[in-house]
Amino acid sequence: MSLDISFIGILIGSIMASSVPLILAASGELITERSGVLNLGVEGMMIIGAISGFALMVITDNLFIAIVGSMLSGVIISLIFGFLTQSLLTNHVATGLALTIFGIGLSAMLGKNFVGIPGKEFPILFSSLRESIPFFGPILFGHSIVLYFAFALPFLTNYFLKKTKLGLVVRAVGDSPVSASNQGINVVLVRYCCILYGGAMCGLAGAYLSLIYTPQWIENMTAGRGWIALALVVFATWSPIKVLIGALIFGGITILQLHMQAIGFRIPVQFLSALPYLMTIIVLVVISRDSRKIKLNTPTSLGRIFYKEK
Amino acid sequence: MIKIEKRNDVPMALYFFTPFIAIILTILGGGIIFYILGFNPIEALKFYFITPISNLYGLSELLLKATPLCLIAIGLSFCFKSNNWNIGAEGQLTFGAIVGGGVALLFYNQEGFYILPLVILAGAIGGMIFALIPAILKTYFNTNEILVSLMLVYVSKLLLDYLVVGPWSNPEGFNFPETRQFSNSSRMPLLFEGLRIHAGIFLALAAVMLSWFILYKTYLGFQIKVSGLSLKTAKYAGFKGKTMILVVFMISGACAGLAGVGEITGPIGQLHRMISPDYGFTAIIVAFLGRLNPFGIIFASLVVALTYLGAETAQIFLQIPKYTGQVFQGMILFFLLASDYLLFFKVKILNLKKNELRH
Repeated sequence: MSLDISFIGILIGSIMASSVPLILAASGELITERSGVLNLGVEGMMIIGAISGFALMVITDNLFIAIVGSMLSGVIISLIFGFLTQSLLTNHVATGLALTIFGIGLSAMLGKNFVGIPGKEFPILFSSLRESIPFFGPILFGHSIVLYFAFALPFLTNYFLKKTKLGLVVRAVGDSPVSASNQGINVVLVRYCCILYGGAMCGLAGAYLSLIYTPQWIENMTAGRGWIALALVVFATWSPIKVLIGALIFGGITILQLHMQAIGFRIPVQFLSALPYLMTIIVLVVISRDSRKIKLNTPTSLGRIFYKEK
Repeated sequence: MIKIEKRNDVPMALYFFTPFIAIILTILGGGIIFYILGFNPIEALKFYFITPISNLYGLSELLLKATPLCLIAIGLSFCFKSNNWNIGAEGQLTFGAIVGGGVALLFYNQEGFYILPLVILAGAIGGMIFALIPAILKTYFNTNEILVSLMLVYVSKLLLDYLVVGPWSNPEGFNFPETRQFSNSSRMPLLFEGLRIHAGIFLALAAVMLSWFILYKTYLGFQIKVSGLSLKTAKYAGFKGKTMILVVFMISGACAGLAGVGEITGPIGQLHRMISPDYGFTAIIVAFLGRLNPFGIIFASLVVALTYLGAETAQIFLQIPKYTGQVFQGMILFFLLASDYLLFFKVKILNLKKNELRH
């Protein structure tokens, strides 16, 4: 087994690819949570995005429609969550769980006729540069446009939250909905928007899986990535840049585990597969132990129901 | 015109009535989905909700599936009532089944009256220990129990996978991912010849009775309810919050572990990869639909068990994927949560004309 420099480049490239759905979903959920809403339906929204994207690709043969459609489907399904939690004031945790269970069921129902259909090749950018530059080629080039978007997203999110007025509004709504409301901000509207945005990003994350990463439809193909994305947001203490780092670590573990299996590393595969989940727990413990630190970053009203007497 | 007013207190009759509204809306919603998918909705719903329980075998299957759901939901009700979000019951079920199954495998070639009680006890302890992980991390490290309990679900399933493929796999099993068959002494006694319903149902009923007693007749139950209503009050009253969190998680884990052991010593009879069709997650819906009330949970477990059976029947007769069961389960919870709005708010339909006259 040669560990030459070009192999490491390819390895890093594949780690980046496997972290894309996590970055997208976690960045979306981060905005939702920053507005004070805890949506546990990430897995459900992702799987709906995955089947919608794939189905639209098969039906229309147009990848642009498939990508946009998957985001729209994420928006539509998150609208259920938004309506229940924001207009009918339901419990965020229970509603999110229902969304996940519903989403997995609905996706299997919709995807019944799409099992076993081969996917279409997704166009990759700068494929010639990928081959010609050693090491950096496979890292920087030859990826889909969604990957480049995903890697820009945490920085855009960071800019949005810290430098724009709208970002300030989102943070204000998440930290103190009552004062925000007294300032004339429509808390419910802001939260609706953040929920729908989260839905769009989760839908895109799902479509990345079914259109680009493993271009086909498999029932339950998100395989717990939605839950890892949720954990990532906490892992990152609600900071977008740390989401990117966390997603790369998790993507790294996933890829490393595959390679360790391939070179016959003598640890049972199940233990390697369990690593991302165990890592999440360990990291959660480490960052949560300091209650001040976590309080400083947690959106104060996260998961609490906001009701304004009319 | 519609006017919405906040209620001062929740009417109890409505509190127990809204689950029925949710069920009716779910059936209607299901009919609409079947119609969109191109099935005759009446016929599809009949296959879903009536055909499965129109004979003795079907009724036995209903009780068989309701048993683990009821057991787990009873345990979860302790957690949810005290505002502890244990959503990893599926993992506790799996780990309970691993520990219980391990004991059963120790006795695979022995018979004896003492074996089954040992297996059951081991299962309960296994579930309890597994539930203690998120509980201890929550109490001593301030860690979010939702994520920890959930991550542990995947860990437990991978552990089970490792065991049935590796060290515990049946030496005469041609490399199938399964263990040896348990001996007869490790199996739950069947209640009727030819039906799969087994003595595990008594465990569920005992759990119902016991939980009713604990929740409504003991100091612990009082603490749990007060902590659920207001953490501040509980602190002010001097309740030991940490101990209570550990206790509710242990109860919840033990119940899930029992459910797991009931499955492997009941209908399954060995360990393999698929010991539970997500009972641990579905039981969350059961707990809510049953209003976290022990007797409500019995009813809810039967309703939700029917969605499992219906999905299987619909798969056979209509070739609809059996995941549709989850669509129904999700819808039930959606509609239930939505109808809770009626509990906290009064929707008044005002007669405009009368008002205008008065002005």
